[in-house]
Amino acid sequence: MTEMNEAPNGTDPSGDGAEPLLRLRGIDKHFGPVQALYGVDLDLYAGQVTGLCGDNGAGKSVLTRCIAGAHQPDHGEIYFGGHQVHIRSTRDASALGIETVYQDLALADNLDIVQNMFLGRERLRRGLLDEDAMEKRAAETLSTLRVTTVRSIRQPVASLSGGQRQAVAVAKAVMWNSKLVLLDEPTAALGVVQTRTVLDLIERLRDRGLAVMVISHNLNDVFEVADRIAVLYLGRMVADGPAAGFDRQSVVEYMTTGASNGRPLEPAGSVS
Amino acid sequence: MTADAGEIPTGTADDLTAADAAATADVPPELLAHSLRQYLRAWWVQVRTGNSGVLPVVLAMVLVAIVFEIVTPEHAFLRPSNLVYIFGLSTVYMVLAMAETLVLLLGEIDLSVGAVAMMGGVIAFKLVQQPGPDWPWWAAVLAALVGCGIIGALQGTLTARLKIPSFVVTLGGFLLFSGILVVVLGGADGNVDLSSSSANQRVIYNMVQGLLTPVVGWIVLAVVVVAAGAALWLRAGARRRQGLVTPPVGLTAIKIAVVAVVGAAVVAICTINRGSRIISVQGVPWVIPIVLGVLGVWTLVLQRTRFGRYIYAIGGNPEAARRAGVSLAGIRTWSFALCSATAGLGGILLGSFFFGEYSTNTADPGQLVLYSVAAAVIGGVSLFGGRGKAVHGILGGLLIGGIAYGVSLLNLGQLSTPLQYMLPGVVLIGAVLVDVLSRRGSGGVTRV
Repeated sequence: MTEMNEAPNGTDPSGDGAEPLLRLRGIDKHFGPVQALYGVDLDLYAGQVTGLCGDNGAGKSVLTRCIAGAHQPDHGEIYFGGHQVHIRSTRDASALGIETVYQDLALADNLDIVQNMFLGRERLRRGLLDEDAMEKRAAETLSTLRVTTVRSIRQPVASLSGGQRQAVAVAKAVMWNSKLVLLDEPTAALGVVQTRTVLDLIERLRDRGLAVMVISHNLNDVFEVADRIAVLYLGRMVADGPAAGFDRQSVVEYMTTGASNGRPLEPAGSVS
Repeated sequence: MTADAGEIPTGTADDLTAADAAATADVPPELLAHSLRQYLRAWWVQVRTGNSGVLPVVLAMVLVAIVFEIVTPEHAFLRPSNLVYIFGLSTVYMVLAMAETLVLLLGEIDLSVGAVAMMGGVIAFKLVQQPGPDWPWWAAVLAALVGCGIIGALQGTLTARLKIPSFVVTLGGFLLFSGILVVVLGGADGNVDLSSSSANQRVIYNMVQGLLTPVVGWIVLAVVVVAAGAALWLRAGARRRQGLVTPPVGLTAIKIAVVAVVGAAVVAICTINRGSRIISVQGVPWVIPIVLGVLGVWTLVLQRTRFGRYIYAIGGNPEAARRAGVSLAGIRTWSFALCSATAGLGGILLGSFFFGEYSTNTADPGQLVLYSVAAAVIGGVSLFGGRGKAVHGILGGLLIGGIAYGVSLLNLGQLSTPLQYMLPGVVLIGAVLVDVLSRRGSGGVTRV
């Protein structure tokens, strides 16, 4: 790792020879005396869904925020598209094409779908809001994601179901030519049918060639959509590899003890 | 097909054209209805579930008109002269309610609008005094608006940046400026008058008292109706051609017709001679086009600009607005400033309404605040932020003006003054109840 602006070489655990879109190396982060992340490595690939698992307090949210620009890591390198980057703000992350959908979705209930999707990035025409252009663009995005259950694109978000709200939040994130989408607990508090809707949506993002990282407690959902699985345990990345190399039992063991079958700190990619 | 069957019983995409689909309680009816019939059905479903829009305030106006017509001596309430007087009085409350709306939409409140409005009026009146500053009327009005705007910006800064609740900041502002007002007027019995013989001062004097000739009144009405109607109609047509969400054609036509009929009724009432056979008094007061102008400006700002959109976003979910990169403190401070500036205009109209005379007895700043908050909330602006439009201030202001004047017509003797406070108070609580109940009906969330 002597090169400054080139991604470090290494065995490619995805197996198809592709360069990872996002590569984290040795990310440390502490808050006062509390060390939240210890030298975390993580690769996220375009066209793949990575499930990030971990118990409460494992550091999932901190890691997500480091990628999203909400926190800055104390040490470590971030490579995006092969080049080292410094993500100092959420604005930096957006400029790179990294969008985050937080668990609380951050939608304004009183605004309609179009208004929410363009909040903060409204299009103007002669100084006034260009509602027509925004409505067309939002409708296009929703239809490419096949979000078809909303009755009207102009209905207030308050009148949407939980799954529909999640879909709007995801559509809002991918509308800006984003390359990497981070989803924080996208299926928490959703019913069975709505969870299905959201998982389908995640698969469609993958099919569009986006890199997706799903942070989830729900192993059913993770195994359903994830191509790769990464497990954090007390701030350390204890397992990272293709989803086929894990079963439910081993993921739970990594999440709760940091080891599986007595093998602690599994090196990335060696799980098979 | 990704139907959320758990949430919407009829929720398949094919049902969108069905009449039943249009009639759900939680979606504004104009979005889904394809015909007027569907719209009316969906609208009725909404009314039954508590989202009645402007229906309560319109019904309340009819009720107030009927009751006061019956109980006033000689059944005088609906005489043209009284109605025109109510229009004039109401315009003050309308402007103050529109000012208050800017702040209520954020989920904040401004209790100082009454005192700040009177400050604005007194500043403008003082600046045009002839032995004195003798400023041109427009400079004096501008100075009053800017002065009030600065007051609002200060209060807004305390609220937005130091996180002091707006209730406390503006309650302090209310007391502070009520006191300063007395000092500026020159003591408890001081006053400042406009002379209608000075051409410069007459402009401000005539803002409420001046009349358009009936012919000009009808021309103004025609221009307003044709311009607004054409804008509404052409915009709906253009959106329909592009396949965007548009209300049914019939609904657009009805809206235009309502504007035309209400406008014609107002002009007709104002055109009836309310003077004597020798000195005829007829015509539309200047203040009506002025208030329509204020309505137009605030409707445009709230509905069609980024600033307005951010006000709604902050009222709906401040965290969402913050994450979207909206400067919460900036938008809040500007809203308070613009609220106070608009209130300043209301204060100028108030002085003009009282024949160009300002004294400490002109109005009670506390009662003005109560009336303006009541007018906004009765009109349909939510106290909890995020819901309401400028036009709601117009409707609420007219209702409050009607009640305030109706009470003063009654020969109640000792009861008159208490009723001036009690009736609007009861109406305010009733309006807040409607607001709270409609929030409950929509699952505890506000909506535009």
